[in-house]
Amino acid sequence: MLIESFIIKGLLAGIIVALVAGVMGCFVVWRRMAYFGDSLAHSALLGVAFGIALGINLNLSIIILCSFFALLLVWLQRKGIFATDTLLGILAHAALSVGVVTISLLEQRIDLHSYLFGDILTVGDDQIWWLVIGGSFILLTLALNWSSLVLMTIDEDLAQAEQVAVSRLQILLMFLMTIVVAISIKIVGILLIASMLIIAPAASRQLSKSPEMMAIIACLIGTISVIIGMYFSFELDTPSGPTIVAALAIIFVISFPLARIHKKTK
Amino acid sequence: MTDLITASNITVNRGETKILDNVSLTIGESEFITILGPNGGGKSMLLKCLMGFYIPDNGNIKRKRHLRIGYVPQQFTSEQTMPISVGQFLRLRKKVSAEELETITAETNIEALVNKPLNILSGGELQRILVARALIGAPDLLILDEPAQNLDISGQLAFYKLLSEIYEKRSFSILMVSHDLHMVMATTKKVICLFHHVCCSGEPQVVTKDPEFITLFGNDMAEMMAVYQHGHNHSHAH
Repeated sequence: MLIESFIIKGLLAGIIVALVAGVMGCFVVWRRMAYFGDSLAHSALLGVAFGIALGINLNLSIIILCSFFALLLVWLQRKGIFATDTLLGILAHAALSVGVVTISLLEQRIDLHSYLFGDILTVGDDQIWWLVIGGSFILLTLALNWSSLVLMTIDEDLAQAEQVAVSRLQILLMFLMTIVVAISIKIVGILLIASMLIIAPAASRQLSKSPEMMAIIACLIGTISVIIGMYFSFELDTPSGPTIVAALAIIFVISFPLARIHKKTK
Repeated sequence: MTDLITASNITVNRGETKILDNVSLTIGESEFITILGPNGGGKSMLLKCLMGFYIPDNGNIKRKRHLRIGYVPQQFTSEQTMPISVGQFLRLRKKVSAEELETITAETNIEALVNKPLNILSGGELQRILVARALIGAPDLLILDEPAQNLDISGQLAFYKLLSEIYEKRSFSILMVSHDLHMVMATTKKVICLFHHVCCSGEPQVVTKDPEFITLFGNDMAEMMAVYQHGHNHSHAH
């Protein structure tokens, strides 16, 4: 029964991540936030280091540090001295490096590998709760602001003229991203969160005709990949994150001929 | 007759420079006003102030109560990564009955496009769809920010013709920012030249003779306009 329990927990955690990443990932693809998401994930390691050093909950310390990272980025962007990708490159890798250095200095036995690549089979009860609450919060917030977010993604001026609080929603999206990063690190790992966000929506894009359909199909693709990935991760004893992302990548490749057949049958 | 928007002495400072300097204008009912002016002359800022999403540093803006504004944005590039049909885009955040949608799509000549994906359309088609969206909810005032900027000459002609037709049919006002001087002259009823301050305003024919207009756009342009209008008036006689 022990084996079954940790597999079920891992599966549950993975599916929640797939659902959250599927919907959130659509906005990442539409709004070209991929590099931002990746950088945010890199900076999360510094959050892990602080959380361990100060003895606070890691999810919380990651959310706080990533929010700080996002605000710093917005502030530097407004200064306009460097392009956004330059800023992200500097901030992300600086944070990652300082994070690794700090963790090394802590003189505690910390499995860095599991933070970088995920370790889905050691997910605990409290992490499941973080996933359930954080995930529902993200999905609910996105659903409630859905049409405003879609309109603002199509054209920000138009959205603003139609009374959408554009800058408030931009900050909200950034904040939601920090939660996504915090709750899914344990499952897919810091290095692969961005691909979890991008690949499923990108595969889904080929097969959908509306924004909602793209989100739903992305969730399905993500869920299937998690199930396949977890199975092989368990069977072959490979790290969970890369195995899930490899499954995603295969589905992405299959989506091209699939989309062609889909179009021909109409 | 009540005025839709009255702006008095608006000033917007950005650091040392005055983007808008003591600008006043009134938009009445059934007016067709075009704002002309060089780039960076504060045209878009003026629109933002009039629509109420930028508060000027000085001056005040009075809007008619429950004023409904339809807005057509500048330079629209459709997002290739988002799958969305024209029909869904039109209904996004808008309450619109089937009848109203039918009338508007006929008015803007986009009936055939409603079920198509937004991202395969041409620039001219997209502009018509944006106008259609702005017409939902029967606005009192249609605001367009350089609507025909990305269209070729025949596209611009067709677009301004459509706009004139809509203006004739609906008893509402249009406020437009434009670069297409020669096109605008034939369509609009009133021109406001803006270069941080209102240089001159009035009927197109009168404005092109204004010394300030000539300073702003150069003598050649003013003469070209005069020639164009001359030719344009004749074409009606044929």
